[in-house]
Amino acid sequence: MASIKIENVQKAFGKTIAVDSLNLEIKEGEFFTFLGPSGCGKTTTLRMIAGFYYPTKGVVRFGDKDMTRVPPEKRNTGMVFQNYALFPHMTVFENVAFGLRVRKVSSAELKRRVLDALQKVRLEIYSNRQVSQLSGGQQQRVALARALVIEPEILLLDEPLSNLDAKLRDEMRVEILRLQRDYKITTIYVTHDQAEALSMSDRIAVFNYGVCHQVGTPAEIYNQPANDFVASFIGEINLLPVQVESVQPENKVVALKNVEQPVRLYVQNKTGDEDSILQTDDNLAISIRPEAIRILEADEDGMNIFKGKINSVQFFGSVVNVMVDVQNVLLRVDVFNTHEFGYFYQGKEVYVQLPEKQLRLIPVISGDAP
Amino acid sequence: MIKNRDTRLTIWLLIPVVLVLVAYVLYPSLRTFIESLQKDGTISLGNYQDFFVQESKTNLEALWNSVYISILSVLASALIGIPLAFIFNRYDFPGRSFFSSAAILPIVLPSLVGVMAFMFLYGESGLIPNAIKDLLGLDKVPFKIGGVSGILIVHAYTMYVYFYMTVSAAINKIDPSLEEAAYNLGANKFKVFWKVTFPLLTPAIVAASLLVFMISMASFSAPFLLAGGYRVLSLQIYFSKINGDMEIAATQSVILSIVSIAFLLFMRWYQNRKDYRMASKGIGAHRSEVKNPFIKWVMAVIGIIGVLILLLPHFTILLLSLVPDGTWTFQTYPTVFNVENYRLLFEDPNIFKPLRNSLLMAVIATLANLVFGVIASYVLVKRKFIGKSFVDILVMIPWALPATVIGMNLIFAFNEPSVFSFGQILVGTFWILPLAYFIRHIPLVVRSTNAVLEQLDDSIEEAARNLGAKWFYTFRKVILPIIMPGVLAGTLLAFIESVGEFPTSVLLYTIINRPISIEIMNQFRMFNMGQAAAYGMIQITLIVIVLYISNKFFGIKAEKAL
Repeated sequence: MASIKIENVQKAFGKTIAVDSLNLEIKEGEFFTFLGPSGCGKTTTLRMIAGFYYPTKGVVRFGDKDMTRVPPEKRNTGMVFQNYALFPHMTVFENVAFGLRVRKVSSAELKRRVLDALQKVRLEIYSNRQVSQLSGGQQQRVALARALVIEPEILLLDEPLSNLDAKLRDEMRVEILRLQRDYKITTIYVTHDQAEALSMSDRIAVFNYGVCHQVGTPAEIYNQPANDFVASFIGEINLLPVQVESVQPENKVVALKNVEQPVRLYVQNKTGDEDSILQTDDNLAISIRPEAIRILEADEDGMNIFKGKINSVQFFGSVVNVMVDVQNVLLRVDVFNTHEFGYFYQGKEVYVQLPEKQLRLIPVISGDAP
Repeated sequence: MIKNRDTRLTIWLLIPVVLVLVAYVLYPSLRTFIESLQKDGTISLGNYQDFFVQESKTNLEALWNSVYISILSVLASALIGIPLAFIFNRYDFPGRSFFSSAAILPIVLPSLVGVMAFMFLYGESGLIPNAIKDLLGLDKVPFKIGGVSGILIVHAYTMYVYFYMTVSAAINKIDPSLEEAAYNLGANKFKVFWKVTFPLLTPAIVAASLLVFMISMASFSAPFLLAGGYRVLSLQIYFSKINGDMEIAATQSVILSIVSIAFLLFMRWYQNRKDYRMASKGIGAHRSEVKNPFIKWVMAVIGIIGVLILLLPHFTILLLSLVPDGTWTFQTYPTVFNVENYRLLFEDPNIFKPLRNSLLMAVIATLANLVFGVIASYVLVKRKFIGKSFVDILVMIPWALPATVIGMNLIFAFNEPSVFSFGQILVGTFWILPLAYFIRHIPLVVRSTNAVLEQLDDSIEEAARNLGAKWFYTFRKVILPIIMPGVLAGTLLAFIESVGEFPTSVLLYTIINRPISIEIMNQFRMFNMGQAAAYGMIQITLIVIVLYISNKFFGIKAEKAL
């Protein structure tokens, strides 16, 4: 087990910069996820940790050891590949035994450890099968056992669930978490699936275009996104471009841009780095999650209450999604299905409240934000 | 010092590959080129001037004849191969799958033996013309092959397979829904074929045409035995060499090489061009069953007759091999059959020696091909380095160069001591033939290995490295075992081709390493047909065994590597 430090790392392929000025610290025993759309640099970073790429600049450390230019076979990491990369000419047993044979483990111990690992992934009865005879989920478990049996310092998982169907994916998610807790192993998990990231990770790093935008616990990432990319990549969000009008001790007053009549909002939520955000006051937005917005039947006393009209209603089972038009700004509002939602219909006039504690002032970085 | 270990490894693997290619592919070609510039002891373009403006025009005529025969061969092969591909891949009728595999039978016939069989079947005293003459009571044979028509028939018989295989593969890749979409939009059968199906097949047809053109430009065995007075360039090179006109032979070689390499480059360009390949996944076989019972049986019968025609040369060789020498002289048909020829082959050391020579030299050449092919292919497919396309072209050159040219190149390069032959003169020794076979089959083994290595996902190698295995261990325990079946299929094919190799053998053999093909030619010239055919049968048997092993144990269609 080891901690991982990535210091000022850059990776360039020719003129394309895949990862730029990356700094990360992953703690011992942590389940850490790299999340981002395809081509964002998450897999490149993982491969630099595994040793398949060497950084163009910067340092990779395991604990205090500088691993930047150590070849992959000397890193003692266990990697699970997206396509599993099982050796097609070997049985399940031989696949799992491969890393131990390389390490010249005595045959009695080898057998014990392989069977032990296969038992942990519940595949001991398949040990003499050819890998091609296994289902996708079973192959996935062989790949996990093969990576874990060598007792690696770090477990690296590269989109391991993307080739499985939805039901198996849920099963394997639980299985991977169970194994990670069992072995108490520092784990890096690469995915583009936000649900996987939120439900499994201790901490998440969100990537886009080779840049890491935010590192935090799933709750921090979801509740306090650092910018509009993080906010809109994870979950649904209402993003409204604004201008700061005044800053008071307990709240800030902002005005919506691009609306006919002035709309003022009071924002109370603490932002991470307020001063620096307020300095970029040209490119700011407020974000609010659809489930944080309240729909009111009638006008009430309170902050940030506006009159609107229901534009459309979509029923998703546990949640009802209501689009409310407030002065030509469409707000997405998610309401729990209370089994008596008949009063939401298209064209109905309602009031919405954007609770000031749920509003978050964030910088707009993507340029084409709403 | 290069810091990156992987880069260092790439360089270590690349050095022997490049060295071999430079020494045995590039250097001999350059030697021939230099030789072609020598005229009366000075350096000049005089030989080229002679080639093009010479009074008698023999060389120019030979070049045109080669081109002429090649174009006709392309047309003839296309006319047989494309319809067959359609019939076997689009319609279902009794025996379809049997006939479709029988359609590649011409491959199972070494060129020299094949030409011989054709002469026996359809030549002046051939079995078929004589049988027709006797049956109909004619005075003369109704037809006979020889000269241009003979060469063309042999070419069409052996080369239509390239059209058949490439077009079949392309037909099976066409997404049937494209044609269905056209029907749905109101097009009739004729329109769908010309506007949808045929355009989609064009890349395959062009590729096959280029291939057949190149192969017939290089063809040696058929003109050698059939041409009579007709001159083609590949044969002219041989005659120049026999007459000792080495500078002229060199000039002819260079010109033939330029034509061939131009075609190779054109083909590479054409195949790498972005074309409209099918992107759809999971295309199933799409054959319409022939419903009309009459047509169904007509097709089956035509199929049977077709297969019989395809098999006739093989039967002829078998038949001839059972006729003892000296028992078939003036008679129209042979009368005595026994296994005397085979007995002699294994008991008479003089007759056995060429077989032993061929097998030994083919084994040496093939082992070299195996080692070189695996390393070269691994570097080309799995490693990145500057100048890769240059190495790639060097690897492909022996495929584009006509065998006669490769033979001449070796003569010019190794008839004097050189660094690449460790200071020895190789011409006139045992080793020159295994070397020639090795060079000839570099592309075949590299290409078949490329095909399997490209299938092998990079993550397999990475997984092994990640689990702690060093590169060499990974290569031995993971990569080699996975790619071996594909590699062996290509290598075995190289082996059987080496055993029967004729064009380079005839230029380079000596009395001590006289191979089977030379002996076949000698026996043939002495009218010992039986003995020649017995050698031929050994070759055919070897080929059948290899194709069978490849299909059965490696699950690979070995003929694809061609």
